[in-house]
Amino acid sequence: MLSNIGNSILFLSVLLCFSIIYYSFQNLKTNKDSITKIIFQLCVLQSTFIIISFLTLIAGFLISDFSLIAVYQNSHTLKPALYKIAGTWGNHEGSLLLWVLILTLFSFFFLILNKNHSKNYRIYTLIFQNILILGFLFFLLFNSNPFSVISPEPKEGLGLNPILQDPALAIHPPLLYIGFVGSSIYFSAAIASMLSNYSGKLFAKSIKNWVLVSWSFQTIGILTGSIWAYYELGWGGFWFWDPVENASLLPWFVMTALFHSLIVLEKRNLLYFWVIILCILTFILSVTGTFLIRSGILNSVHTFANDPSRGIFILIFLSLMIFTSVFVLFKKLKINSYNVNFYSKETFVLINNWFMIFYLITVMLGTVYPIFTEVLNDSKVSVGPPFYNTVIIPVVIFFLFFMSIGPKVRWIKDNLKNLNVILGILFFSILINFLIFYLFKSYSLISNFIIISSFFLIFSSLIDFVEHFKNHSIKNYSRIISHMSFGLLVLFIGLNHNFSLEKDLNLKLGEKITFEGYSLKFEKLYLKEFKNYKAIIGEFEVNNLKDNFNLSLYPQIRIYENPNTLTYEASIKTGILKDYYLTMSNIDRSDYYNVKFQKKPFMIWIWISVILISLGGFLRLFKNEKKNY
Amino acid sequence: MLTKKVKKRVSFLSLFLVLSLIAVFFTLKSLTNNILYFKSPTDIKLIQEVNINKRIRIGGMVKTNSLNINDKEIKFIVTDFKNDLFVSYSGTVPNLFSEGKGVVAEGKLQDKNFFIADRILAKHDEKYMPPELKSLIKKNVK
Repeated sequence: MLSNIGNSILFLSVLLCFSIIYYSFQNLKTNKDSITKIIFQLCVLQSTFIIISFLTLIAGFLISDFSLIAVYQNSHTLKPALYKIAGTWGNHEGSLLLWVLILTLFSFFFLILNKNHSKNYRIYTLIFQNILILGFLFFLLFNSNPFSVISPEPKEGLGLNPILQDPALAIHPPLLYIGFVGSSIYFSAAIASMLSNYSGKLFAKSIKNWVLVSWSFQTIGILTGSIWAYYELGWGGFWFWDPVENASLLPWFVMTALFHSLIVLEKRNLLYFWVIILCILTFILSVTGTFLIRSGILNSVHTFANDPSRGIFILIFLSLMIFTSVFVLFKKLKINSYNVNFYSKETFVLINNWFMIFYLITVMLGTVYPIFTEVLNDSKVSVGPPFYNTVIIPVVIFFLFFMSIGPKVRWIKDNLKNLNVILGILFFSILINFLIFYLFKSYSLISNFIIISSFFLIFSSLIDFVEHFKNHSIKNYSRIISHMSFGLLVLFIGLNHNFSLEKDLNLKLGEKITFEGYSLKFEKLYLKEFKNYKAIIGEFEVNNLKDNFNLSLYPQIRIYENPNTLTYEASIKTGILKDYYLTMSNIDRSDYYNVKFQKKPFMIWIWISVILISLGGFLRLFKNEKKNY
Repeated sequence: MLTKKVKKRVSFLSLFLVLSLIAVFFTLKSLTNNILYFKSPTDIKLIQEVNINKRIRIGGMVKTNSLNINDKEIKFIVTDFKNDLFVSYSGTVPNLFSEGKGVVAEGKLQDKNFFIADRILAKHDEKYMPPELKSLIKKNVK
C-alpha cells in the first residue's frame, strides 16, 4: 500500500522534472522578463510530491510496515519512536530520498527567493538543479528504491544497528545533508551564471546566503557526528581521521574558502572564475565523498554495509557532472590579470583560500592514497592520524596568525599599523602559555606554538569585539564570533590533548587499583532488563586522591537482540572543566573486564566552540536577510 | 630592464613556488612515514629484516585456546592457518573480540614471532569484516 503510494509519487516527480525542464527551455526562448506562472506551479507541485513521498516513508517506519524492505531491514516494532523516524535516513535508500528532498527544496526556495535577479540566470539554475534531481530520482527508482516490497511480509523487522540509536546520530544525517546536498544549488547556479553571463557582484549576492546556510549546517552536522563518536564508540576520541569523517570535511574546506572569496567578488568584483571553480568543486566533492563511502571502495571503521552497483551509478553521474562543468568552464574562461596590492584584505582572503586548498589536498591525499597503493602494487595500507597531525598542525599555527590579522586589513591597500597592539597581544599570549606550561604541566614545542597562536587569535578577536562595541557597529559580530571560536576550538583541542589522562586496566570484580593520583574500584556488577536490550552494568568508584573527590561511574555492556549485537555504553561524567570517561568490556567471557579510564579536560568547550563557529554563520545570514529584503 | 612591478611579481611567484614545493615535499615525506602496511602472519615470516620502529597492522584469526589475560595485558596468538604470531596488547578490547574470530591490530613488531599491539580495531557489527581480512580469508580457503 505505502509502497504503491511512494512509487507512484516518485514516478510523477520524474514527469514533473521533465516538464519543469521543458517549460524552462520554452521560457528561455521568449523575450519576457518574468518567469511563467506554470513553472512556479510545477515547482510547488514537485516540492509537495517529494515531501509527501518522504512523509510516506517516515509513516512506513512509524507504523512498522515490514512489507517495505527498507523498513524490514532497519526497523523493529520495539524501537522507540524517535529511532523509528531516524531509521528513515539511517539507511542508504532512505538517506537518498532525503538527498532528493533537499535538492528539491533548495531548488524551490532558490527560485522564489531570488526575485531580483535576472530571469535567464534563475531559469538556467532551475534547469541544472532539475537535471540533478532527475539523476538522483533515477538512481532512487532503479537502484536504491526505498519503496521496494518484500513478500511475504515479515512479522518482525531486523532492527536498527544499536550504535546508531543515539540522539546525536538521529539528527546528524539531516544536518550534514543540508550542508553538502545544499551545495548543489550553487553548483547549478555557477553553471547557470556562466551560461547566462550573469557574473560579478550580482552573482555573489545571489548565492552568498546559500553558501552560508550549507556551511553552517555542515559545521553542526560534523559536530553531531563527532559527539556521537565520543559518546558511542567508546574510545573517548572525537575525531579519528577516518575516511567517512574526511569525506564530510573535504566539502567543508571548500565552502569555507568559497564564502571568503565571495566577499571579494561582492565588494571588489574580483576572482569570479575562482569562485565558480569553488562552487563546482564543493558539490563534486560532496558527491565524490558519497561515492567513496557508499561503494565500499574506502575501508572505514564506520562502514556498515555497501554495494558496488551503487558505486557505478554514482561514478557515471559524477563523471557527467565533472565533464559538463569543466566543459562550460573552459568555454567561458577568461584569464583576467588582477592587480592586487600585497597588503590588502584581498590578499588575506587569498591566503585563507591557499590554506583551505592545502588542507583539502592533504586530507584528500591521505584519504585516497590507500586506493592507489592497492591498485598499483597490491599492498594494503592505511593512513593513520599521525600523518594528518604532522602535516596539518604546524600549518594551523600560521593559519591562526593570518586569521587574526587578516580581517582588520582594509580593502585595496593598507599600511601596516597597530604594530604595538599586535606585539602586545603576542607578548600576552606567550605569557599565558608559559604560565600554563609552568604551573600545570609541560608539553611539546609544537603544543606551545599552538596554544600561543590560538590565544593570539582569541585576544585579537576580543579586542576587535570591544572596538566594535564601542563604535556601536554590529557589522562584523558574526565574523568575530566565528574567528574567535575557531581560536577557542584549537586552544581547547590543544589543552585537551595535552592534559588528558588515559589508563587501560584489566580488572576482576572487587579489585582496586591506584594510579597517577586516582584510585579505581570495581564495586558491583549486575544485570538489568530494558525495553529493547539487556544491560550488564558495572559500578566503579573513582577516587581522586589529591582532593579526595569521589565519583561513581556506571559503564554498561548492552546486549541487543534485534539485531543480535553487543555494544558498550561509556559512562561519562561531564563537567565544566573536565569529563570523566569510563568504558568496560568483557574479555572473551572470562572473569576479567577491560576497563578504560579517561580524564578529558574541556570536552564540553570543544563542542561549544564548534556551535559558536556555526552560530557566526547563522548570524551573518540573519544580518544579510535584514539588509536585502 | 624589468620594471619594478614585474620584479615584484617574479619574486612573489618564486617565493610562492618555493613554499609550495617545500609543503609538497614535507607532506609526501610525512605520508610515506605514516602509512600503515597490513601484514598477515605469513607476510611477516617472509620479511627479511624486522623494523622494530615501524608501526604496522596485522590481522588474522585469534587462535582458539591461546588467550591469556592478566591485569596488565592480554596475550593471544593470531593465525592465518599457515603461520602464527604472538601478540601482546594492553588497551580497550572491542566486545566482538574473541577466540576463533577475526582481529586487526595496530602496533610494532618485536621480532618475527612477537607483536606488541596498542590498538585493536573496533568492528561495528558481527557481519562487518575489514576488507583486508576478508581477502586474506578468501586466499586461504582457496
